[in-house]
Amino acid sequence: MLVGLLHSLEIAIGATCLGLMIGTAGAFGKLYGGPVTRDLLAVYTTVVRAVPELVLILLLYYAGTDLINQVLTAMGYSRVDISGLAAGIFVLGFVQGAYSTEVIRGAILAIPQGQIEAARAYGMSPGLMLRRITIPAMLPFAIPGLANLWLIATKDTALLAVVGFNELTLATRQAAGVTKAYLLFFLAAGTLYLAVSLLSNLNIGRIEAWSRRGMPSVNEAR
Amino acid sequence: MSAVDAAAVRSGEAQNSAAEAIHVENLHKKFGQLHVLKGVSLSARDGEVVAIIGGSGSGKSTLLRCINCLENPTSGIIRVNGEEIKLKADSHGHTVPADRRQIERIRSRLGMVFQNFNLWSHMTLIENVIEVPVHVLGVKRDEAIAQAEKLLARVGLAEKRDVYPAFLSGGQQQRAAIARALAINPRVMLFDEPTSALDPELVGEVLKVIGDLAREGRTMVLVTHEMKFAREVATHVVYLYNGLVEEEGPPEQLFGAPKSERLKQFLRNVG
Repeated sequence: MLVGLLHSLEIAIGATCLGLMIGTAGAFGKLYGGPVTRDLLAVYTTVVRAVPELVLILLLYYAGTDLINQVLTAMGYSRVDISGLAAGIFVLGFVQGAYSTEVIRGAILAIPQGQIEAARAYGMSPGLMLRRITIPAMLPFAIPGLANLWLIATKDTALLAVVGFNELTLATRQAAGVTKAYLLFFLAAGTLYLAVSLLSNLNIGRIEAWSRRGMPSVNEAR
Repeated sequence: MSAVDAAAVRSGEAQNSAAEAIHVENLHKKFGQLHVLKGVSLSARDGEVVAIIGGSGSGKSTLLRCINCLENPTSGIIRVNGEEIKLKADSHGHTVPADRRQIERIRSRLGMVFQNFNLWSHMTLIENVIEVPVHVLGVKRDEAIAQAEKLLARVGLAEKRDVYPAFLSGGQQQRAAIARALAINPRVMLFDEPTSALDPELVGEVLKVIGDLAREGRTMVLVTHEMKFAREVATHVVYLYNGLVEEEGPPEQLFGAPKSERLKQFLRNVG
């Protein structure tokens, strides 16, 4: 089971990182990209967020590996077995990317425009502005949404059980099936998921407090 | 004799030969159907303090923001320190800077102070002040910090160096913003209504800082509603009306003996 938990966390971390990369790029593309980029991204976020994740996982996992193998055979290579880990990270990351795009887009829009303007007025290049101003300034607005996505990601890993990936839920089911101690094992699994969430909350709280360092606390304003 | 020459003569021979820091010629700016600037020319020589006054919607802020291309002019010529900003038409027919590096370089030598301060909220005051020297101009961090501490002390904020902007009053934030502008060692300082967002009792402390800078010979272009202040510190005053220069000249002339009926009316209303 602990191996299952480890796998689950690996996928959740990988998928969240991939999702953040897609999300940051996607948000900037949606806000500042050309018309074609914007349309493509609109299709991506709409479709991914409209289709149930389970369907997407089945689709991307089976159809995706099939497609890759077909391409490989067509190019004269032998078929490969795609590791469940890589496929899981890719599939969940792809889904997370769509949600992160919208979270980050909203956060960028929430930055007081004057701060971006000041960065332009002082001759910052787009890359420097992104690194020094836009990303740090949007974080306080993005973190609550991204924290949601991370927690969802940890639990979405359970969906990968349907494609036979040995993560926490599948490991639990197998262990419970063998020993017939269903209650014990599923309670244990539930506890592990809870522990992950609690630990995450603790860290997210710290990160959020840090990202809000320049902002007066809401309690003081009351 | 043009108004610009008149100002130079009045300010003495030193400025007569002074190089032109800002030169704007026949500037037009349209926002869609709205024609905000209808052919404005403006000049600021080294050491001059040019005050732009005018009613709401006269285009004075737009004019200032065109100088560093925060707003892209629709047409016209802008020269900063003799270097003309290269403009081109983009695929939508809008005029945009043709050379990103050129405009970034020019901007990094124009110290802009905004109406709403626009300090970076995730940085302390000292971080705000060293940000551009360190990351845009490539000054060494410890040198930048030493200079920033002097500048903060100069605007009376030495003990606030590690405070975030949101915890300061508007007047303190604006003084910090002036320190941020000074930190780049600007050729010209651009002030966009620096006291308009301040509570009345905080206006004085900011005007004092700006006034000191003017007296030490900083080149400035200042958009302001503070007529008394403009009269005190400006070497040249431009009155904009409806996107055109209605009248310009030395402050004694503009405030003391305005020729234009509109300017007389305006001064009666604000005074």
